[in-house]
Amino acid sequence: MSRYIIRRLLQLIPVLIGVSILVFVGMHIIPGDAAILLLGDKGTPEALARLQHELGLDQPIYIQYFRFVADALRGDFGISLRTRQPAWTEVWSALPMTLELSLSAMIFASLLGIPIGVLAATKQYSLFDSISMVGVLISVSMPIFWTGLILMMIFGGTLHWFPIGGILDEGISLHRITGVHLLDALIQGDSRAFWSASRHLFLPTIALGSLSMATLARMSRSAMLEILRKDYVRTARAKGLSERVVLVRHTFRNALIPVITVGGLQLGILLSGAVLTETVFALPGMGRLAITSLLARDYAVVQAVVMISAFFIVIINLLVDLLYAYLDPRIHYA
Amino acid sequence: MSNILSNTPVPAEGSVNQVEFVRQRPSLISRFAHNRSVVIGLTIVIALILTAIFAPLVSPYNPIKQSFRIQLQPPSADHLFGTDEFGRDIFSRVLYGTRWALFVGMLADSIALALGVVLGLMAGYYGGRLDATIGWLTDVMLAFPYLLLAMIVVAVLGPGITNAMIAIGVVYVPQYIRLVRGTVLSIREMEYVEAARCIGMRDSRVIFRHILPNCVAPIIVMATLVIGWAIVETAGLSFLGLGAQPPIPEWGAMLSSGRNYMLSAWWIATFPGLAILVVVIGFNVLGDGLRDELDPYLTKR
Repeated sequence: MSRYIIRRLLQLIPVLIGVSILVFVGMHIIPGDAAILLLGDKGTPEALARLQHELGLDQPIYIQYFRFVADALRGDFGISLRTRQPAWTEVWSALPMTLELSLSAMIFASLLGIPIGVLAATKQYSLFDSISMVGVLISVSMPIFWTGLILMMIFGGTLHWFPIGGILDEGISLHRITGVHLLDALIQGDSRAFWSASRHLFLPTIALGSLSMATLARMSRSAMLEILRKDYVRTARAKGLSERVVLVRHTFRNALIPVITVGGLQLGILLSGAVLTETVFALPGMGRLAITSLLARDYAVVQAVVMISAFFIVIINLLVDLLYAYLDPRIHYA
Repeated sequence: MSNILSNTPVPAEGSVNQVEFVRQRPSLISRFAHNRSVVIGLTIVIALILTAIFAPLVSPYNPIKQSFRIQLQPPSADHLFGTDEFGRDIFSRVLYGTRWALFVGMLADSIALALGVVLGLMAGYYGGRLDATIGWLTDVMLAFPYLLLAMIVVAVLGPGITNAMIAIGVVYVPQYIRLVRGTVLSIREMEYVEAARCIGMRDSRVIFRHILPNCVAPIIVMATLVIGWAIVETAGLSFLGLGAQPPIPEWGAMLSSGRNYMLSAWWIATFPGLAILVVVIGFNVLGDGLRDELDPYLTKR
């Protein structure tokens, strides 16, 4: 197993190199280099040349690339055009919000999606099965940004059950420790802030999580059905085990393996969805940072967001692989 | 070599079997007609195509003509879906939006399909270093959250509906590569491919005559599903301000402007979103149905 882990870690290197090349090339093709953008209209040719020299933009392209990688490894992605702060600082302060949103969406999706799928499989062709599969189809087909708007209109604007944007009510301040609001509120024992943040997170979580919920429901249903047809399930029933034991110990545990794989891969999809959800609900996360930076041509920040999310996805995929190997004893990795 | 060939009448035997095989099964069309998903999905998709073609005839108003006297009117007999902040008829805009949605979905899908199938065929057929390189490229592209990858492409090309469409096309390339490569790998080892090679067929002929036709079924399924997804993703880019620019009657852009009037005029953002939902359900249902019928690896449940 440890040899497998090392081999998989080594396989990450070419992928991360590829990611860095793609981002670097992409950012270089965009017309107008960082120096021009930083100076704006007021730059004289001399000032521009000086800044280009300072930023290393007069160097050959491959040297620029190596500098970019060396800087990125130290967490230096350049200066944000809008705030004149290091791009890394900007991303670092927005990252916890996105993680908080994605994780709560993931928890919502698993807690609802897996039981629905399992129940639908055990009662195949029943009314519950049909209704839940139609619900799944609709959830899979709803655009996240529209779901968000509709939830906001109904439960925020009309019924006033939930706030329509932001992460904390006005007048509530929360000292930042981890940046994850719910966690910070718990650590500080601030129940008002905790309540406020949970209420603000509720609708975005549903909007973002419903797609993954549907995917997980579909996946666990088909995984359960597949295993329910196996010979060993028939054997387990034939030898008189109770239906509960057959379902939980023989079927569910085995069905969980593909479900976990799909669930892990959902995290990457959630990071994309977070861009839209954060925009709809005005949450100060990484996705909204990426889009505002892109529209403001603040490419240093975009670059940092992209690199960091790609890094996250690669690591998550690795963890999913390892978990898969751990859960399925039939798989032997040498 | 020639001895083996003359002893085993491969083509003759193969074709005889095939004929019997086909006779025993109901034809593809009758199987499609009996699949509820295919029928429902196809009905929705055909209805959409007809709407797109006849949008100018069906829609009661000009989709981009502004009329400030009738701003933000709720749905009524005159304006079925109400009017937006510029007094434009939302029903007409939604109908015209079908054109943009189908156009964008199909073109983005074609870009992904063309690139993905070519790269997937090459990776699967030739293997070796070419496969490793294409595999690396696929892994790299899949390491990005797809929306961020699309955003980079739009940043490079500049915002606009055409570039958003290209960006979404690029995002789906790795999916096709993986699908086609996997299928080719399983076909490549078949005996008829070996036979074709043995009689000295050129690679291009083997690929186009023997391998590609057998990849068509999974590609059709994928292509159907991707149209729907591409429509949502492109609408998402428009919603973020990176795709269609006003006054184009594109659903994502309409949602984006409707967001500002969400609490006072619910209809602006509701109807374009419903339209997206219907389109995507149509392609998803059709794709699922086609998969049941076409995918030989999936037994019916």
